[in-house]
Amino acid sequence: MSVMTYREALNLALREEMRRDPRVFLLGEEIGVYDGAYKVTQGLLKEFGERRVMDTPICESGFTGVAIGAAMLGLRPVVEMMTFNFAILALDQIVNSAAKMSYMSGGQFNVPIVVRGPGGPAHQLAAQHSQSMESYFYHVPGLKVVRPSTPEDAKGLLKSAIRDENPVIFIESETLYGIKGEVPDDADFTIPLGRAKIRREGTDVTVIAYMGMMYRALETAEALAQEGISCEIVDPRTLRPMDIETLIGSVRKTHRAVVVEAGAGFAGMGSEIVAFITENAFDDLDAPVERVTGANAPMPYAKNLEQAKTPSKEKIIAAIRRVCYA
Amino acid sequence: MAITKVVMPKLSEAMETGRVIKWLKEEGDKVEGGEIIAEIETDKADIELESFGTGVLRKIMVPAGARAPVGGLIAVVAEPADDIAGVLAGAAAPSPAPAVSPSPTAAPPPPAPPKPAGTAPPPAPARAAAPVPTPVPAPRSLVRGPEPSAGEPAGVPGGRVKASPLAKKIAAQSGVDLRLVHGSGPSGRIVRRDVLGAMSGAPMPVVAPAKVPTVPGVEYQDVPLSSIRAVIAKRMPLAKSPVPHFYLTSEIAMDRAWELREELNALDGQPKISVTDMIVKACALALLQHPEVNASFQGDTIRVHYRVHIGLAVALDDGLITPVLRNCEARSLAEIAVEGRDLVERARNRRLRAPELSGATFSISNLGMFDVDLFSAIINPPEGAILAVGAVKVVPVVEDGRIGMGRRMQITLSCDHRAMDGAMGARFLQDLRRLLEEPLRLLV
Amino acid sequence: MAQAKAITVAPKVDAELARRLLSQMVLIRRFEEKAAEMYALGKIGGFLHLYIGEEAVAVGATAALRPDDYAISSYREHGHCLAKGSDPRRIMAELFGRRDGLSKGRGGSMHLFDKSKNFLGGHAIVGAHLPLAAGAAFAVKYQGGDQVVVCYFGDGAVPQGEFHESLNLAALWKLPVIYLCENNRYAMGTAIHRALAQTEIWRYAETYGIAGEAVDGMDVLAVREVVGRAVERGRRGQGPSLIEARTYRFRGHSMRDPSAAIYRTKEEVEREKQRDPIALFRGRCLKDGVLTEGEVKTIEKDINDLVDEAVAFADASPEPPLEWLTTDIFKE
Repeated sequence: MSVMTYREALNLALREEMRRDPRVFLLGEEIGVYDGAYKVTQGLLKEFGERRVMDTPICESGFTGVAIGAAMLGLRPVVEMMTFNFAILALDQIVNSAAKMSYMSGGQFNVPIVVRGPGGPAHQLAAQHSQSMESYFYHVPGLKVVRPSTPEDAKGLLKSAIRDENPVIFIESETLYGIKGEVPDDADFTIPLGRAKIRREGTDVTVIAYMGMMYRALETAEALAQEGISCEIVDPRTLRPMDIETLIGSVRKTHRAVVVEAGAGFAGMGSEIVAFITENAFDDLDAPVERVTGANAPMPYAKNLEQAKTPSKEKIIAAIRRVCYA
Repeated sequence: MAITKVVMPKLSEAMETGRVIKWLKEEGDKVEGGEIIAEIETDKADIELESFGTGVLRKIMVPAGARAPVGGLIAVVAEPADDIAGVLAGAAAPSPAPAVSPSPTAAPPPPAPPKPAGTAPPPAPARAAAPVPTPVPAPRSLVRGPEPSAGEPAGVPGGRVKASPLAKKIAAQSGVDLRLVHGSGPSGRIVRRDVLGAMSGAPMPVVAPAKVPTVPGVEYQDVPLSSIRAVIAKRMPLAKSPVPHFYLTSEIAMDRAWELREELNALDGQPKISVTDMIVKACALALLQHPEVNASFQGDTIRVHYRVHIGLAVALDDGLITPVLRNCEARSLAEIAVEGRDLVERARNRRLRAPELSGATFSISNLGMFDVDLFSAIINPPEGAILAVGAVKVVPVVEDGRIGMGRRMQITLSCDHRAMDGAMGARFLQDLRRLLEEPLRLLV
Repeated sequence: MAQAKAITVAPKVDAELARRLLSQMVLIRRFEEKAAEMYALGKIGGFLHLYIGEEAVAVGATAALRPDDYAISSYREHGHCLAKGSDPRRIMAELFGRRDGLSKGRGGSMHLFDKSKNFLGGHAIVGAHLPLAAGAAFAVKYQGGDQVVVCYFGDGAVPQGEFHESLNLAALWKLPVIYLCENNRYAMGTAIHRALAQTEIWRYAETYGIAGEAVDGMDVLAVREVVGRAVERGRRGQGPSLIEARTYRFRGHSMRDPSAAIYRTKEEVEREKQRDPIALFRGRCLKDGVLTEGEVKTIEKDINDLVDEAVAFADASPEPPLEWLTTDIFKE
């Protein structure tokens, strides 16, 4: 185990996988000479050279398509979106080309690419650079969607994503790049996609949250523990495929659930989680499942408005109290 | 064949108007005597209105959603051949026909002047002062009475028991009848802790025993009166001030009653008997022996009842209602248990029928489940007495000069001094006590 | 770099090559005619975009490729797939939506893929497969191969951003890809001069500093020659080429545009049909004595039989089993 930042864990995952598999190469904007807009790819150009660390011009659709075409011939590209907001420019390639290639070719061509980069609310970056992007992707059959909350997950899940035979959308977070945590040193350490993690055990309510909201939920759980409410925090880690078994298992234990998501609720991750809890654990519920979501507004710039946009600890506490009838 | 006038029933002394929630029959439908034809909302409860006649529902006078004064004609049941024109005309007679000029000023019926308690029942419905609404379009503007306050409880019109899926599952597995369980969740939802509480006989603590109450950011809040609370507020001074109360308290050894109850409840196929059921049975027997306590002061006369109709006070979230278990003198303990429970459940679900809310000759209020030891109740006129029942407690008792443990229950009888004196009440209590302390008498 | 002159010289053709080129063009023609018939019979559903009139482009270009070279196309790709050597029976079965179809019946007319022939598929979002072609060429180069990738697309893709992004990236990274524009002068119903500020499509090559040529797309030998030069450049590491093959579709945009008469005149269509690439090539082969009437008749009869067999095969192929609804979404 080593203590490292989330950013370093990602860098290490890329480095290890590039050493392990010559088919793995990186492409994206400013990942080489500039060493990465967020320094995730720092030092990789130096180690692996221009052949495997390709700086691209600004053309998300173009270079994502290049990655998909290369993947059809067996390479394992890792595409960096400088921020995931720009992935919308490549949405057609991701949705219509990458996600469907295996299916519409009758299984002849699979697309083992990873599209990674930071997404979700960031600090005062305003409407176009600060938003939750996962909902654009997890709706699409054929995509896997990962949201790693810790340095350990960042490393273990990115390595699994690179080794996966299918397109994986891997959305990191600008606000988490600096957090530190223990990360296994083993170059073969991976975390399988599709496995949730119970971050804190509890008995009274299951709180489902990932990324920044997961940390907020942990703080909330701490506060509520003093009132005698015991929260179980479940981090799905992979949004698709979703580890329904672990989530349902927790809800069956606590009989209550609150989903916290930074995105603007409507048809969000919470909606889906609420639906499958209802479908799978209806008779175990002692209260309706609550969602705590971001406000239904674009991300504002002003600091106070920005804070109001994302779910606060108070809102999470209120929702937990409601489902606990406390 | 007879023409049956369906009128807005009077369901309580205080009731002045009622609202038709919905008609269960349409004009032209066949109606059997005793069949439920409508649902009525009163200031106390939602009740089902049964037809007293057989025939065809010929005319609906008050559409769903509209109000009518007590005694006002709301529908006519008759055979298809019967001429009902006269009835309809008669109904409109007392006031200028509102149907002709649907003016909004025709709205709320004037409130009846307060009546002194214990006066005779109100005059016949035909003398109702307010105009009878007729079914015109937009009846709401015509008959809009005082709107039910915003604080009105979220009713359960379908009679559906609101319970969380988990609560339902636990109840089904453990045989708990959810209709008997008080819901502590939002809008009275029964949640897991309520069912577990019902199983263990004690209310379960909420999830967070150390809950810190959230303090609202204001000093105080004026909560509007629920309609039941408004009626209670209006009626209680009329019950308490004009009726000279006196109180008699007695302690009853409940050990044998408790044992008997456990024995009875251990029998297969028998209904579960509660302490209240035993008290109801004991009161019925004692009142038969002491009809002077089963009596109503009527100004010039005292009406002595030979049937025992007992009002059972049922606490709802927003107030109190008192459904009436009739003819207790003629019912076995098991019947009282079954029918009493049904009545209480339906009271909680606001599914009582009109006759079940009036006509008590005596009432019982039991706050034992709230661990109240002793209290005195306010008489519900025109009844002459009410029994307040405290908790059955295990207490140290002195018997044959030795200190032991025993189950004791304190009861207080409130009596209307105009109808009876202390000794009458005391003799009733003596017998009541004997019945409960020698409880086999309840079974013979 | 870019050249404007259309190739008109007549290269020498031997009988073997003539037979191959004519057979392939007739096969595509006959296959498409049959597909239209099957569409009318309700055997084929959805969109069906026919390649009739444009056969010389696919056949001429493929004649310049090695079997291990790659091809990728848009949704008007039956001809490219047939030319690349795919089994007409499995293509027809795909059009029928049957289990023996190239894509297991899940792709349909617009999504033919054949990995065994290095055919990278039919892609139905206009312009979207141009970056994929660059990516395939990237992979070839990354792995040190000498194959090239031919990317067919219509004039309708030229205004798309991805056309320009792809040309830029391919030029920047010197990728062995040949962008072969089949300029049939109409993007669905929009005439080229209503869609492009620069209607000389090959000239976009100048912008990106790559080789660009226009060619008579009705002349199979000319196409073969021009593409052949581009292939050589690609193999030698000289980067991509842009070729504009000037052609014409004799049918409507799709089966839902049968008359194709709203946006172009009957006279124009009749005039273009005078330059039917199959008639031109057949006439030339007969005139030059490379093929005899009898040989041509035999080719046509064999092709007729082959296409009839394809229809019979497709008809006999069962529908895909319902389990296939959810298989192949992911590769395990």
